[in-house]
Amino acid sequence: MSDIILATSGLTREFGGFVAVNDVALRVERGTIHALIGPNGAGKTTCFNLLTKFLPPTRGRIEFKGRDITRLSPAEVARLGLVRSFQISAVFPHLSAIENVRLALQRSRGASFDFWRSETVLSVYDERARSLLDDVGLSDYVDTQAGLLSYGRKRALEIATTLALEPEMMLLDEPTAGMAHEDVDRVVNLIRRIREGRTILMVEHNLSVVEGLCDTITVLTRGRILAEGDYATVSKNPEVISAYLGSADA
Amino acid sequence: MTGFSRVQMIGVALMVALIVLAPSVLYPVFLMKVLCFALFACAFNLLIGYVGLLSFGHAAFFGMGSYVSAWTIKHWGITAEVAILLGGATGAALGLVLGWLAIRRQGLYFAMITLALAQMVYFFCLQAPFTGGEDGIQQVPRGKLFGIVPLESDMTIYWLVAFVFLAGFLLIHRIVHSPFGQVLKAIRENEPRATSLGYRTNDYKLIAFVLSSMLAGIAGGTKALVFGIATLTDVHYSMSGEVVLMTLLGGLGTIFGPVMGALVVTAMENYLAQFGAWVTVTQGVIFMVCVLAFRRGIIGEIGAKLKVTL
Ligand SMILES: Nc1ncnc2c1ncn2[C@@H]1O[C@H](COP(=O)(O)OP(=O)(O)O)[C@@H](O)[C@H]1O
Ligand SMILES: [Mg+2]
Repeated sequence: MSDIILATSGLTREFGGFVAVNDVALRVERGTIHALIGPNGAGKTTCFNLLTKFLPPTRGRIEFKGRDITRLSPAEVARLGLVRSFQISAVFPHLSAIENVRLALQRSRGASFDFWRSETVLSVYDERARSLLDDVGLSDYVDTQAGLLSYGRKRALEIATTLALEPEMMLLDEPTAGMAHEDVDRVVNLIRRIREGRTILMVEHNLSVVEGLCDTITVLTRGRILAEGDYATVSKNPEVISAYLGSADA
Repeated sequence: MTGFSRVQMIGVALMVALIVLAPSVLYPVFLMKVLCFALFACAFNLLIGYVGLLSFGHAAFFGMGSYVSAWTIKHWGITAEVAILLGGATGAALGLVLGWLAIRRQGLYFAMITLALAQMVYFFCLQAPFTGGEDGIQQVPRGKLFGIVPLESDMTIYWLVAFVFLAGFLLIHRIVHSPFGQVLKAIRENEPRATSLGYRTNDYKLIAFVLSSMLAGIAGGTKALVFGIATLTDVHYSMSGEVVLMTLLGGLGTIFGPVMGALVVTAMENYLAQFGAWVTVTQGVIFMVCVLAFRRGIIGEIGAKLKVTL
């Protein structure tokens, strides 16, 4: 019981009359990689938005580390150690790679409202930022503007930036979507390396990635949980098979 | 160290040299007008260029700063620098209220709310007894700097104005190149991502807004002392439009752009004044040409040609 890091009950979100997330009870065990899969429009991204408070839920409750976070702001949730990435890669395009990572490291200074100080005080974070960039294979792109990086490298930069916060739990929304084969492998290896001491909840369409990486899988369709379990169990579930066959791109 | 690149250092040196030499060629009063508007535009650019916030209500801070400096130096007989600082404090206080109301809104809604709030400030100024209504506050004395140096001579007050402008310009540069400024740029680039890293973005935006309105108030207060008058023109929405024009024309998000924009627009107004309504038409045409052909503004285009950040 005490090993559940994130739990929701009755989590529901309506857009007008449309129910995008419907009575979801999600339980993520500490230290695992948990996949959230389902056809397009199933409500996976909406779920992430609810968990990180980017959207308020219509109903339901969210608990993180045993604490009710349903009413917190997104920044507060991030400060508690629940940090998300975005489906569309989220970097700061006109800042260099190292500046991107430093922005996350800089958070540990507390509220950095010191507009009278020179930014050279941030150079104490350079070493850590470089080593994070190194970890994700970006050591040759330290001073490159983030917007100029390839798609796969943007994603790697995004992960390095997220890691800089040393979050207890990471939510990754389709980390390998739209990537070439080598890039997918790189990201998968990266996730394997960073899982130590963390919990990861990820949306992933590539089932071979899910099979190799994830401990638990939750299948979502039309906002509801359809099935849950390890890969072997879930992939044999006839409802899951028909849900996936019923949608062109799974 | 200073946060200026080498090219920018040269730019700053050139600008300082021009400020020092120009009064031997051009009218100091004209130059002071340029410097006041340049500071105003730099303050506006801090928001649009580095936080991505488009305020259509900056005349409120400029104009109210101007009224308060004028009124206090005239009726309380305070020293010039205190009057200017009071203008800045007025801008900051008003910025805190208006900013707090507007900052929750995004994009165009933010712009519209700042415009609406600034209109309320305008009507307040139109009605309130202390502003002198249509007449404004006239015959404002320039006072004495630190209570010692009389500022009646144009050349004496010129150095004060030059100092105020440069101090404001350097402060803005420091803000942009501070740990705080780094977060501002992150918000401009991708606000949801900044939030997801744990930054309470509204707090940062509000502080930037207050700093910007404070500097706008200082610019307005300084202008009131130079011209000895504070009027409704300075709180009118067309003044808000003018500062947008200056910044876009000079180059949004560049450090010298707003200064260049202020120089060009003020010069146009001064030298085309004889053509009456044509000033507005000319401004409109230049504005459109700029938006259509030179999106980066004068300084922005030069920077892009030379492949440097100015
Ligand atoms: N802000 C919104 N307003 C209205 N409908 C939305 C909004 N966000 C998502 N939806 C709808 O909710 C459903 C689930 O979307 P989403 O969570 O993005 O799906 P997934 O990530 O599983 O592909 C979709 O039908 C989408 O159109
Ligand atoms: Mg999605």
